[in-house]
Amino acid sequence: MSIGHTFLGLLESGPRHGYDLKRNFDERFGQDRPLAYGQVYATLARLLKNGLVRVDGTEPGDGPERKRYAITDAGVTDVGRWLDQPEKPEPYLHSTLYTKVVLALLTGRPAVGVLDTQRAEHLRLMRELTRRKATGDLADQLVCDHALFHLEADLRWLELTAARIDELASEVTR
Amino acid sequence: MTPVPVPDPGPDTGDLLMVATGLRKTYGATPALESADFSIRPGEVVAVMGPSGSGKSTLLHCLAGIVQPDGGQVRYRHQEMSAMPDAERSALRRGEFGFVFQFGQLVPELTCLENVALPLRLNGVRRRPAQERAAQWLARLEVDTVAGKRPGEISGGQGQRVAVARALVTGPRLVFADEPTGALDSLNGERVMRLLAAAAKDSGAAVVLVTHEPRVAAYSDREVVVRDGRCRDLEQEHAA
Ligand SMILES: Nc1ncnc2c1ncn2[C@@H]1O[C@H](COP(=O)(O)OP(=O)(O)O)[C@@H](O)[C@H]1O
Ligand SMILES: [Mg+2]
Repeated sequence: MSIGHTFLGLLESGPRHGYDLKRNFDERFGQDRPLAYGQVYATLARLLKNGLVRVDGTEPGDGPERKRYAITDAGVTDVGRWLDQPEKPEPYLHSTLYTKVVLALLTGRPAVGVLDTQRAEHLRLMRELTRRKATGDLADQLVCDHALFHLEADLRWLELTAARIDELASEVTR
Repeated sequence: MTPVPVPDPGPDTGDLLMVATGLRKTYGATPALESADFSIRPGEVVAVMGPSGSGKSTLLHCLAGIVQPDGGQVRYRHQEMSAMPDAERSALRRGEFGFVFQFGQLVPELTCLENVALPLRLNGVRRRPAQERAAQWLARLEVDTVAGKRPGEISGGQGQRVAVARALVTGPRLVFADEPTGALDSLNGERVMRLLAAAAKDSGAAVVLVTHEPRVAAYSDREVVVRDGRCRDLEQEHAA
């Protein structure tokens, strides 16, 4: 995720101190991974250098946490461009799981076991996210759903591969 | 709302509600189940997963006593199901089990309220109390607004929620759900599952949840997988 663009988007509704920006970010987008202060101030320094934000006021004292930041016109243009641009779909072509399955077949280990173990692990996480969805607000639900759909895609692949494991075995051991 | 008392788990089959071992079933030349083991505890939600045609529905039918297996055993609490006379097995299904299928299978001539009250009426409950309890369950499943409508006049998602209400209205110990969200889109499927899982937990019912969808299976407490008519029950193996 582009933290810089997210900061710009948050600043568009009004100037904020670095601390408030971090809190805003964590509340809305941080989920389980709150930003580190180092990351916050490094990002703001870069945005400042590129003219996308400016210092809007400084309280007495020293240090970056005293500064209030505002978005510039260039910043507004930049965040707009980012929103208009589609994200590159993840191709998922380098799959550790695929590698494990093939290695299991090559070394005569139970490949379906690899798939079953992974399925159990995926489902464990899916249960956890499903429980979290039950108690969360809409934002929580949407974030969990995003993860759940991805995990489900993995599971479909696991199921498909399990169904074709004999075919795969004869190909890789030929 | 507590329309139905939580059933006591009963003394037998250890702490298990139902145990099946070595189930086999063949249709003509097609082996639908070759060797299936299964167990479920009181109040537990177990997902039965596996590809289409692997034998999930056949397993569910054998467990529920809808289909007689060619071999193997199903023990429900202290009773061996295949040894029961047909009438007794039907009584067990009516009194202790609830069912939800992929397409609600509601009676088209009856209103939704009457559909939900029907299992109670068949068990001899009078009309008024049956309809009162049915109305409570419709509300619990967030479909009280369709009480007076017929199944043909409501959406698929509403129909499935009515079907869940009908399955739970008698206070069953065990609910069999075969692809309960199979005909619904994601959003409606989620809603049905969320309500089914929560309502079953509240009333203490165990659920055998047949599904090929991982997001649906994620509402379970654990899963078993059927492949080519074979089903291993890892819980049973651990217990042994
Ligand atoms: N009533 C039936 N008559 C003939 N074949 C059946 C019948 N029910 C199931 N089968 C066959 O048994 C196998 C398992 O079916 P089923 O239990 O419905 O699988 P699933 O529910 O996992 O899709 C399939 O090959 C199916 O065609
Ligand atoms: Mg089926």
